[in-house]
Amino acid sequence: MITISNLSKSFTLHNQGAAVIPVMAGANLSVAPGECLGLVGASGSGKSTLMRMIWGNYLAAAGSIMVGDVDVAKAAPREIIALRRGTLGYVSQFLRVVPRVPTVEVVAEPLLTLGVAADEARARAMALLAQLNIPERLWSLSPTTFSGGEQQRVNIARGFVHPYPALLLDEPTASLDLINREVVLTLIEAAKARGAAIIGIFHDEQARARLCDRLVDVTQFTPGMAQ
Amino acid sequence: MTDQTAYNFAYLDEQTKRMIRRAILKGVAIPGYQVPFASREMPMPYGWGTGGVQVTAACLVPEDRLKVIDQGADDTTNAVSIRRFFQRTAGVAVTEATAEASVIQTRHRIPETPLTEGQILVYQVPIPEPLRFLEPRETETRKMHELEDYGLMHVKLYEDISRHGQIATAYDYPVKVEGRYVMDPSPIPKFDNPKLGGNAAIQLFGAGREQRIYALPPYTQAISLDFDDYPFAASKADHACDLCAAPDSYLDEVITDDQGSRMFVCSDTDFCASRRAAGHSGPMGTPSAGADEE
Amino acid sequence: MSILAKMKMQPLLSVRDLSKFYGGRIGCADVGFDLYPGEVLGIVGESGSGKSTLLSCLAGHLPPDRGEVIFDTREGPRDTVQMAEAARRRLARTDWAYVHQNPRDGLRMGVSAGGNVGERLMAVGARHYGQIREQAVDWLGRVEIAADRVDDRPSAFSGGMQQRLQIARNLVTGPRLVFMDEPTGGLDVSVQARLLDLLRGLVREMGLSAIIVTHDLAVVRLLADRLMVMKGGYVVEQGLTDQVLDDPQHAYTQLLVSSVLQV
Repeated sequence: MITISNLSKSFTLHNQGAAVIPVMAGANLSVAPGECLGLVGASGSGKSTLMRMIWGNYLAAAGSIMVGDVDVAKAAPREIIALRRGTLGYVSQFLRVVPRVPTVEVVAEPLLTLGVAADEARARAMALLAQLNIPERLWSLSPTTFSGGEQQRVNIARGFVHPYPALLLDEPTASLDLINREVVLTLIEAAKARGAAIIGIFHDEQARARLCDRLVDVTQFTPGMAQ
Repeated sequence: MTDQTAYNFAYLDEQTKRMIRRAILKGVAIPGYQVPFASREMPMPYGWGTGGVQVTAACLVPEDRLKVIDQGADDTTNAVSIRRFFQRTAGVAVTEATAEASVIQTRHRIPETPLTEGQILVYQVPIPEPLRFLEPRETETRKMHELEDYGLMHVKLYEDISRHGQIATAYDYPVKVEGRYVMDPSPIPKFDNPKLGGNAAIQLFGAGREQRIYALPPYTQAISLDFDDYPFAASKADHACDLCAAPDSYLDEVITDDQGSRMFVCSDTDFCASRRAAGHSGPMGTPSAGADEE
Repeated sequence: MSILAKMKMQPLLSVRDLSKFYGGRIGCADVGFDLYPGEVLGIVGESGSGKSTLLSCLAGHLPPDRGEVIFDTREGPRDTVQMAEAARRRLARTDWAYVHQNPRDGLRMGVSAGGNVGERLMAVGARHYGQIREQAVDWLGRVEIAADRVDDRPSAFSGGMQQRLQIARNLVTGPRLVFMDEPTGGLDVSVQARLLDLLRGLVREMGLSAIIVTHDLAVVRLLADRLMVMKGGYVVEQGLTDQVLDDPQHAYTQLLVSSVLQV
């Protein structure tokens, strides 16, 4: 479902003497439907950078990133937008939303953009919020005022409200208590079971052991770090 | 022609009349379109009908018989002055009878007696631009006419209904000419609007200060703007004439004493007088009252 | 993959080599892009970067000196630069909408809210007062203005309400492309958020395409799918909005992004 070949990336800092910082070279990996791949490596080795490149958030310098039949490294913006809409889900560590929009709308939005009827989208959002133990009284409030753990769960709900065939998970269980961690792990297992291809970053070693079929050490893709 | 001690026929010089006639012909060719013309200084102030007078001057021939009315009346200052002006400068015959006139200059009315082929009705127009009160820029209103961008006209009517529950515009009521130009009919009461369209006479409109001439050739379609659910209705005072008992003519309300007594009389004095001469009589009129006027 | 299939259709707007000069000075130069149905394009840049000139050329308010602006009209793709003024104005009151930064420029301040919303309907031939009013009230509701304000003039409205009224007035005829010039400029931050949410919802529900000119990077991040960065009249960078903001390639974009105060 996701296949990365010979991917490289560097940052050019034009305002700091045009310094060129190579951050990735020769990255290769592939994930099949129903498989969960864990990215590991020291902090700064490029796990998040790789995730962001798959998401289309960072530009690739060379190589290819096939998600389904779309090469994210070369796709036009609108192809990436379509990919994000229906195929590729992303749970990041940060929640970015329009202020003052109610939580239930935030979670239902991915479904609305896919053309799901408003009632049904809202019902699915509510079910997921309930499952993730977000108190019902918060649903009509904006998540911008929520605690870190609550925001994290709202983000997860957004990423799981539609059954994306491919999922990127950046520390989905960080800052969660044991009960909610279990809920999230169950959600991820269910996604695997229905055939989603998952790439995740898990600092939580137990979660990693429980979910990941394989691990890839991204240090090997990092110029200057791969010994 | 070379008599330097007299006015040229109908006051204006021949070159000016040619210029105005060209504007008139263009106006007739493009019904409802405002044709710019080089309006001349006339020996009367703006607002007294300088536009109408110039159009009349350009139309008159020595054989014409002229009638001048102001708010329907032949005997008000404005009407009398203009009539005298052309008697002196053109020497044409004058009349108060609508049916006998070949040229009628009017301010704010269309005569009750139906006009016939061969007659010319000249309107005095203060503000020729129907879009003016909604769009102050002349460049923009011209563009709107060019592009038939007339949504604004209905906004005005919409505002009328939302504020007054009905279309409150009672005079100066805009019409669309032959499905093309929206035209200001001069401040005639909307009661007269139905007579604009399909009229057998040539209708010419002259605005002196604004330097515009426009026209409705005979039998031109002129439809008053309205909404499907608020159709145009020609309204008048719900009364019959107190002098001639006419039930269907446009009426003026006249206060008759300091106690607030009032009467309703035909605004068209010729029409009223003719009816009385023919024996019709209202509660305050005598059958012969109009026969010996002036 | 119906959505991808849908997006493979004809671009709604195709801009090629668009340039506008003010004497020797460059307004905008060599601008080209495709906008597809349902897409929102943000144009950012500092004052004088040419973004407003570009928007004016796109919307037909300013004749460009060179280039094509091909719009997919109901009769097929047409170059709006070559189009007769009458046809362009017809587009402007049917398929296009233009939201001004200052609502006073986009509203008739002497006309009631209902008349403001109804104008475009009447301009395209609506002649039933009751239905026009009904639609006006419906649209006031959609932009969160109470129905009992329908006969009030916009001068009695707050800045945020005026801006929402302007949006209702523009969208009532169901346009396909909306031009917005700093739509949230001059509004309180809290009012901005509400307006942004409203715009997002309308764009989604009506399948609108939009071109938004702004200098506010937070606004484009939340509203725009794609971003164009302008400097000195030229487009220096364009791409997916979050990609341009998070991984800017051009020196100027890097400066622009790093200049934003973090809250």
